This record gives sequence, structure tokens and C-alpha cells, in this order.
Amino acid sequence: MSADTTVIAKQRIDWVPVALVLGVIVIALPFIPSLPTWVTLTVAGLAMGMMIFIMASGLTLVFGLMDVMNFAHGAFISVGAYGAVTVLLAMKPAMQSASMLENLSAMLPAMLAAIVLAGALGWFFERVVIRPVYGDHLKQILVTMGGLIVCEQLIHVVWGAESIAVPRPANFSGALTFGDVAVERYRIFAVLLGLAVFLAMWLVLNRTRVGLLVRAGVENPEMVEALGYRIRRLFVGVFVAGSGLAGLGGVIWAMYQEAVNAQMGMQVMVLIFIVIIIGGLGSVGGCFAGALLVGLLANYTGYVLPKLALGSNILLMVLILLWRPRGLYPVGKA
Amino acid sequence: MSAPVSFLGELLSGDRPRSRVLAVLLVAVLIALAAAPFLFPGTRSLNVAAKVAVFIVLVASYDLLLGYTGIVSFAHTMFFGIGGYGVGIAMGKLGAGWGSLALGVAIALVAATVLAFAIGLLSLRVRAIFFTMITLAVASFFQILASQLSWFTGGEDGLNFKLPPMLLPSTRLFEAPLFGVDVTGRILSYYLVFLCALGLFLVLLRVVNSPFGRVLLAIRENEFRAEALGYRTVVYRSVANCVAALGATCAGVLYALWLRYTGPDTTLSFNIMIDILLMVVIGGMGTLYGAVLGATLFVVAQNYLQDLMKLASDGLAGVPLLPALLHPDRWLLWLGILFILCVYYFPNGIVGRLRKTRT
Repeated sequence: MSADTTVIAKQRIDWVPVALVLGVIVIALPFIPSLPTWVTLTVAGLAMGMMIFIMASGLTLVFGLMDVMNFAHGAFISVGAYGAVTVLLAMKPAMQSASMLENLSAMLPAMLAAIVLAGALGWFFERVVIRPVYGDHLKQILVTMGGLIVCEQLIHVVWGAESIAVPRPANFSGALTFGDVAVERYRIFAVLLGLAVFLAMWLVLNRTRVGLLVRAGVENPEMVEALGYRIRRLFVGVFVAGSGLAGLGGVIWAMYQEAVNAQMGMQVMVLIFIVIIIGGLGSVGGCFAGALLVGLLANYTGYVLPKLALGSNILLMVLILLWRPRGLYPVGKA
Repeated sequence: MSAPVSFLGELLSGDRPRSRVLAVLLVAVLIALAAAPFLFPGTRSLNVAAKVAVFIVLVASYDLLLGYTGIVSFAHTMFFGIGGYGVGIAMGKLGAGWGSLALGVAIALVAATVLAFAIGLLSLRVRAIFFTMITLAVASFFQILASQLSWFTGGEDGLNFKLPPMLLPSTRLFEAPLFGVDVTGRILSYYLVFLCALGLFLVLLRVVNSPFGRVLLAIRENEFRAEALGYRTVVYRSVANCVAALGATCAGVLYALWLRYTGPDTTLSFNIMIDILLMVVIGGMGTLYGAVLGATLFVVAQNYLQDLMKLASDGLAGVPLLPALLHPDRWLLWLGILFILCVYYFPNGIVGRLRKTRT
């Protein structure tokens, strides 16, 4: 190795937001009367955070890379959830079976269906709806809002206007107990899945050539293009992947709520926006930290001060923005 | 120029329709609204007319943000709701007097200004897109708040309240009917709503055609250049946000007065926010006359298009999928598609189209 390569400083990780998440968990401890409750709430908060992260990560990455704010992201979430629910309802016997393997044989196709359906919708959206309005935020917001309306209405046309109850597989319902601590199985599953998604994203972004290009594209798209890479293809790829993740998050969220309706996408969008603002628009790591913060705080305050629970997210957002006006991890482009 | 013409120009703040068709349409809307109780007697049509009048103000004040300043807010219904709840709570708790009405309006206006200023201060400094997302979050929080604080706001059921006796439907102003219509307190309250709406619209027209409005346009066109010319863009945007919020609050007051009711579904719901967006864009962004046409078209469509769609849907009963697409509840689907097409092909909406065809 030549001397030059060593000059490139290793990117320093800003540990303050990480400490903030851990700090919230620790600080909550004295406010909650019993340890088992605290564990239950923490797991619930982490699970909620992970689910929001899966849904939000695509949106923040798309914004970081292409400077596109896609309000129709909520539609991808709903469509993914509906697609998966269709599969789940068709495979009811496998869902109710006691064997884990059979449960998974229904869950995996459902999740796959969600990813494929939402990804395909995302691809269509990028090509038809968003491409003509690159670089114009105002039109992007309007057009994607319009897309959201149309998608919601089409869901009504295809799946009907009533909300559909979503079954949880036998092995994913109920709670596990460790001594005094009871933890819902589904929440453990959500945490594990969320961690897996985060880890996979981190590996792809930091350890592969495509990830390198994506990160470079977030910093300076013109330069990447000038170096001979087709940034457009990268755009489309990231957009489809982000939409697929939204679909995946949609299923997980739908099974968590045990129901789907056409408005669910828009309802979670509010949480998702709060999360990506807190994290810093375009930052995946910030999105992860923000999602965990929102999930944890929502659960803690819901238990300690139920009156304040509704406002905790907004309050958190305001405090974070006063501290770091561009979010936990500000991304290069202003 | 003769005296009456220049007076008209003054009234419109020099912002003429600049298209013959548009002028005819605007006059038609004005006459229809001004004479609504006599031209279209009946409860339903009077309700439609009042809703049109209120939404013209609401949409025009939103256009100040979207069309003139170039920022998207999702909190406009929140201010609409603040106006409605201000009146509702004041009249409900303090009795149905003009004094409590004035107090309610005053408190609502102050609360709206403070809130709009705080939101602007927090988010407009960074990027316009931040503002959009933050308004969405704050508005949804406010909506939850209104439905949770049921001891104060009536929760999901909202608040019914009484009006001063003069505005009640049972009041007769004249012994004999006028042009064949009994002039009741209901008609009086319609005219209260109509005249206030007209006044507010003219005020907004004055605002967008003032030097202040020109600066907003400059910021919309090129923020960097406007800043370089010495205009504090943050200040101008924040003030525009406050003015728009005040307009929405006034519209909320009028709507609550007309309905004698305020609740989450009539003022705060996200659906109304989407309706406003559709009205502004279809009518025409960046021109207040667009608000007039957009609101009129939309509210009329909302009330009468569904009947038409029901006919079409029933007529196509045997065909697959088509009846579901034309189901009366799916009217928003078609307006949504129209909305997207408008953004692409007619960014200035109906008004822009009409002005372009002028020879």
C-alpha cells in the first residue's frame, strides 16, 4: 500500500445520537415502577421503531440520492400490505398450523408478494409520475400527493372500502415469558427483522461497489455521472428497492395492527416524516436512530404520562431541531 | 378611464381577470352567490352556496402560500379548525351573544398567528420541504388533540352551538315574503357569510397585489436572487404563512357560523386538506381567481357529480370493473387523476388556460 491511501481519514462516526437512544432507554428506568414492565416497554418501543425504520428507510434514501420527496410512499406501504394480506388469507390453513415451517411458508410468500408489488408500483411511479418533475419540489409534492389519492381510491376499487382483518400466524402470536417478563413474540420477530434489514442495508451501502456509488451519489451526483456511471440507473434501482422496503414494512405493520385499510399508508406517513426529519433527510443511520427514538418514547410516555403520549413525537422533533436544525445526522447537500 | 371602471380596478387592486371568458365566469359566480337564496331556494342549494363562499376564502388564502410563495403547507385545515373551534367553544361556554362571538374570533386569530409564526420560525429557516413535513406532523397532532380533549372540544362529536337570535331560521325579518322567499334569519346569516367572504377575498387580492405580494413572487421564482437583492426571505415567508393562517381562520369562523356546528370532520380532517389542494391546482395556482373557479367547481361537483356517477354506475351494472370505478364514492379517483394531469399540463389551472386563449 502506498502512503497516499492511508491519508484518507476513516470516516468518524458521530456517537452522540447513539448515546441519545441508549440514554433514553436508561433514563426511562427510574420512571417505570417495575423492571419487567420496563423490559416489555423497551421491546415494544424497539419493535415499533424497527417497523417504522423499515418503512422510512427507502424514503430517506430516495430523498438523499435524488432529492425527491415522495408523498406516495404511503401508497406503497398500503399496496404492499394489501398484496400480502391477499396471499395470507389464501393460505389460511398454513397460517393456523402449529408448525413453524408451515407458518413461514405462508409468511415468506406474503412478504415477497408485498416487496414485488410495491417495488413494481414504485418502478411505474418513478417512470411515469416522478420523472417529469425531477428538481422541482413543489410539483413533486403535488404530483405524488395526487398519486397517493389515486392509489388509495384504486385500493378501494380492488379490495373494497372496508378494512380487512389480518391474521397473525400461530407461532407469531402470544407472548414469551422469562420469569416476570412477558414479551410478545411478534415484537421479537419485528426487532429481528428490523435489525436484519438495517444490517443488510449497512453492508450493501458500505461494503459493496453499488453502495459506494449510492453514497457518492448522495454526496455529489454530478461528479458520479462525470466519472462515467449512469446515475439514472442507480436512481431507479434505489427507488424500486425503497418502494419494496415500504411494501415489506407495510405487511409487518399490518400484521402488528392486525388490520389493513386504504388510509393506513397516509397515517404512518406522519410518523415516517417525523422520523426522517429527526434523523436528517437522506441519512439511513439517522433514520434508524430517529425511528428507535420515536418508538421508544411513544411507548414510555404512553405508560408514564398517557396524556402526553400523542405529543411526544412532536415534542421530540421540536427539541431535536432546536439542537440540530438539520437532524441528527445532517447529510451533505443543504 | 371613466370613474366606475377605475373604481372597479381599485376594488380588484388592479388585478383584472385579463380574459373575457374568465370575467364572465367570475361575474356569473358572483351573481349566483349574491342572489343564491332567491335564485336557488331550498336548503341543499343554499348550503352549497355558503360552502362555496367559505371555500373561496379558504382556497384563496391557501393559494397565497402555494401559488404565490411556492411553499406547500398541510396545516391549513388546522387554522380552519382553529377558527371553527374558537367560535364554537366561545359560543358554547359563554352563551350565544355577539360579544362571545367577537371574543372567540379574537382568540382564534391570535392563536392562529402565534402558531403559524412558531411553525414558520422552526421550519422555514432550513428548507421549504421541511416546512411541508412539519406542517403535516403538527396538523395531525392538532387533529388528535381536538378529538382527545373531549371535555373542551366535544371530541369526535364536535360542538353544536346556538347563534344570536337574529340569525336563527325561525326569525322573520319582514312580514311579507320578498321575491317569493321568506327572509329568515337563515338567509340573513347566509348574507353575513357571503359579504364577509367577499370582503376577505378582496383583502387577499389587495395583499397579493401589494409590494409585499411582489416580493413573495420573487422568492417563489428565485429565492437566492431575492435574498441577494436584500429581502429577508425567511421573514417574508413567515409573514405570508401568518396571513394565510389568518385567512383560513376567518374562513373557519364563517363555516362554523353557517353550520352552527364545528367538529373534526367539517374542519380538521385530512380529506379537507386534499380537497383544498385539488381546488387550488385545478382552479389555477398563483392567481386568486383560480380559487374562485376551483372552489365553485369542486363544491358543486362534490354535491352533484356523485348523483351523475351513480346514474352511470347503475347503467353499467353488467360490465366488470367499470361500475366499481364509477361508483359515487370513487369520485375522488377521477379528480385525483385530473389533479395530476393539471400539475403536468396546466400548471396554472383553468385560469391559466383561459388567459392563454385570450387573443
